[in-house]
Amino acid sequence: MSAGSPSAAAPAKPAGGAGDDFVTCTIAGQWFGISVLKVQDVLRAHAITRVPMAPPEILGSLNLRGRIVTVVDARRRLGLPPAEDGQQRMSIVVALGDDLVSLAVDQVGEVLSLEAQRIEAVPPTLDPVWREIADGIYRLEDQLLVILDVERFLRLGAKALAA
Amino acid sequence: MDDLLKDFLTETAESLNVLDAELVRLEQSPGDPTLLQNIFRIVHTIKGTCGFLGLPRLQSLAHAAENVLGRFRDGALAATPEAVGPVLAAADGIRYIVVTLAASEAEPAGDDSALIAQLDRLAGSDALAEAAPAADAPDAMAPEAEPAAEAGHDPGRAGTTDLAAQSIRVNVDLLEDLMTIASELVLTRNQLMQILRAQKESVFAAPLHRLSQVTTELQEGVMKTRMQPIGNAWAKLPRLLRDLAHDLGKKIELRTVGAETELDRQVLEMVKDPLTHMVRNCADHGIEAPGERAAAGKPETGTITLSAHHVGGHIVVEIADDGRGIATDRIRKKALATGLATEAELAALSDQQVQQFVFRPGFSTAEAVTSISGRGVGLDVVRANIEKIGGHIELRTEAGRGTKFVIKIPLTLAIVSTLIVECAKERYAIPQINVVELVRIAANGEHRVERLKDTPVLRLRDRILPLVSLRRLLGLADAGAEAGETFVVVTQVGPQIFGILVDRVFDTEEIVVKPVSPMLRDLGVYSGNTILGDGSVIMILDPNGIATLANVAAEEAQETAAVAGEDRDRGRAENVILFRAGGPEPKALPLELVARLELLDSASFEWANGRPVVQYRGALMPILSLDAAAQFAPASRQAVLVFAEGDRTIGMAVDEIIDIVATTYTIDLVSERPGILGSAIIAGKATDLIDISYHLAREGTNWFKTRTQTPYGEEKRARRILLVDDSPFLRNMLQPLLSAAGYEVVGAESAESALLLCEQGEHFDLIISDIEMPRMDGFGFASKVRESKNWRETPLVALTSHASPRDEERGRRSGFRCHVPKLDHKLLLKAISETFAAERGAA
Repeated sequence: MSAGSPSAAAPAKPAGGAGDDFVTCTIAGQWFGISVLKVQDVLRAHAITRVPMAPPEILGSLNLRGRIVTVVDARRRLGLPPAEDGQQRMSIVVALGDDLVSLAVDQVGEVLSLEAQRIEAVPPTLDPVWREIADGIYRLEDQLLVILDVERFLRLGAKALAA
Repeated sequence: MDDLLKDFLTETAESLNVLDAELVRLEQSPGDPTLLQNIFRIVHTIKGTCGFLGLPRLQSLAHAAENVLGRFRDGALAATPEAVGPVLAAADGIRYIVVTLAASEAEPAGDDSALIAQLDRLAGSDALAEAAPAADAPDAMAPEAEPAAEAGHDPGRAGTTDLAAQSIRVNVDLLEDLMTIASELVLTRNQLMQILRAQKESVFAAPLHRLSQVTTELQEGVMKTRMQPIGNAWAKLPRLLRDLAHDLGKKIELRTVGAETELDRQVLEMVKDPLTHMVRNCADHGIEAPGERAAAGKPETGTITLSAHHVGGHIVVEIADDGRGIATDRIRKKALATGLATEAELAALSDQQVQQFVFRPGFSTAEAVTSISGRGVGLDVVRANIEKIGGHIELRTEAGRGTKFVIKIPLTLAIVSTLIVECAKERYAIPQINVVELVRIAANGEHRVERLKDTPVLRLRDRILPLVSLRRLLGLADAGAEAGETFVVVTQVGPQIFGILVDRVFDTEEIVVKPVSPMLRDLGVYSGNTILGDGSVIMILDPNGIATLANVAAEEAQETAAVAGEDRDRGRAENVILFRAGGPEPKALPLELVARLELLDSASFEWANGRPVVQYRGALMPILSLDAAAQFAPASRQAVLVFAEGDRTIGMAVDEIIDIVATTYTIDLVSERPGILGSAIIAGKATDLIDISYHLAREGTNWFKTRTQTPYGEEKRARRILLVDDSPFLRNMLQPLLSAAGYEVVGAESAESALLLCEQGEHFDLIISDIEMPRMDGFGFASKVRESKNWRETPLVALTSHASPRDEERGRRSGFRCHVPKLDHKLLLKAISETFAAERGAA
């Protein structure tokens, strides 16, 4: 992974201990984690068909081996500035009910195993959007890893998802 | 066979196989309560159903077995092999009766009293121990109980297996999954074919073509499994009407025609409610009270007629009542009162157009809101639901005579033919059903976009067409980029016609519709999305949504007013396709005859059976040319008019397609040249009208052999002809011919609909009827006509594709004056004029 990867502060999970595996990624320099159980696929650049009139967070749709996947721009969802033109982006495909949704992120890092009891609560002062989508925070050696709640992350605007 | 009986037999055959296995298990584990319960239930169901169906022998046998099983279940009797034996024998007896029923629809003669007595003994024995003495019986009784002997054939598993194999029950989810998988396969096939096209030579070519064909067949097969008769959606209506009639104090009879017409179950689900609503509407608003009907000279019992038939890839459903109808004046008044249209606008509208106002929101002509309908769920909702699935609804009504709703809906929603367009570098699909025509625009060409304030419009022939810029509607780019728009896709949604401005138009493509993600629902402009052959995702535009969003509906009144004016000027305009073939002078054909226009690569033409053919949609299509000596230029795009009838297609190669124009024409010069009906002035030029039937016949195609034709009724001054034929192709073909001869023609697609016209008091001077038609054939029709009050005296002419002297004799006895071969127009015209001459002579 060209952007490097965060390293866990402690040796991942102790053998046999309770732990969770997370796919890590960066969005505008911040590291995020998504439970591997939710992740279907990781994609490099893919041809995306725009869907005019869709909510602004939606970049469009792509064809993943015959399935149509909606692409959500993680930067927009988090209220961050859009990615610079030409910046190589990657996608993490997650299942949402019967539907597949792809999160467009900057870079995808390693899968980390982290002990469940080390997760910490989200600070109450955090941006309300971030607080809404964060499940908790892990302290890694040199940065913080925000764990995403995928369902809440994909609940765009006022429109609750049918899934 | 009766559906009810068929279902029962299929179900019973399945149950019996289960019963056998369960009874054997019962012997191994006597007293297992679940097992006992299960067995009891099976036999009980059989008994209950056959009582209902009136099958006494089966019922008494099942009843005796059930009694014994009941004792097993209650623990009063031990399920020893001795006790189970007679029950098994009873199961065999039931099986035998069921097999005979399936073959002859009647119970076999015979007597089961010995077996029943034995079963009754078992059921009657109170002590468990008493089961033992009875146990001797089975062996002794078996030959008698084994009813095989009675009919001398093996009643065993073979028979029931056959019965069960004819139809099986499959979970709907499984069918849906199969459909999804088949759709995926189609998409993958399309991708492979696209890749293949890019290769000059490929070793994969042959197997891929085979794969492609098999895929098409698979897809069609799976589609067929989803087809259900529309009668399923009507099943509840007789009861509903009975109750309604009771509540309203009216007498109503329901008649159905074409209940077996099949359509996709998804579509069926979606039209169920609108259909029910309209039937309610007819019963509530349409049919008058008995007293009122009697006063109007009608029979006290009102009739609601539901009919369905296929037309191309669509199904047309009609809901008609013979009630009071709606006075067009009342609709005009109401439209004015509710502000739907101004007086001037209304004045410009024809009655037919005014009638469509009933589908507008907030429109109800009912004077009182009743509990049956008129509770706010109006016809506007019905129309919206029909249009949501790409359908179209129309109202025809005549005060005092009745009301008829005509609905046209696609057979399936899963696969649609679409036009691929491009706008701001993105491609979109528009369902072909909504596309009327394509117009290329150029700043200084014949067609250019003009602007009223900022609104783009197009002068198209003699109307002003409102335009919707797709770019602007979807917010694709700033208005400055509109210079790239070079095509107008003329689109029709219900009565509204508007143009969608796009940059480019590609091909048409059959696509598999996938629902859009829940995140993208409610956008209102897409009806689905799909994956194209090149692997990219494409959004399918919803013309209905676009019309709503672009507020085209608000322009409807003005728009229809414009159309009305146009129609008045032209009488009944007809769309005609103009082309050049075998000479520089333009030639014309009614557009309705042509199924599709194609540009085919002439290199793909092959020769088979001495004439050019081309592989078209998985089948061979013969290619005709008007000029027998015509050569196909190698390696060029050849314009081909495709005619379709049922599953068959036939192509006609032409040099150039000039235009499609709406026009009324009169044939000024009747041609003596074969293959030309005559000449008329179309689009300002002398144009030859092609007699397509001549060319189809010339090529020796057996085009009409298995098909029946549609009759055309025509009127010459007062001469009206009714043409009864189930083939729309033939109806369309004969219309210009008979019009050229100066008659007025009314077509009917079946004997039943023709008889409806009779009941409605329509008058014709001559009836031309096909002989081979589904349901009621020409002979039956002729007899009915002769029995009728109105048409008893009307002369009848039969159209046939093959008439033996015996048939002709039979025809004469049924009341036909003469027989005319289908493709011999000269004879037909001669027969018509002779008939009228004879009438005059008689008068």
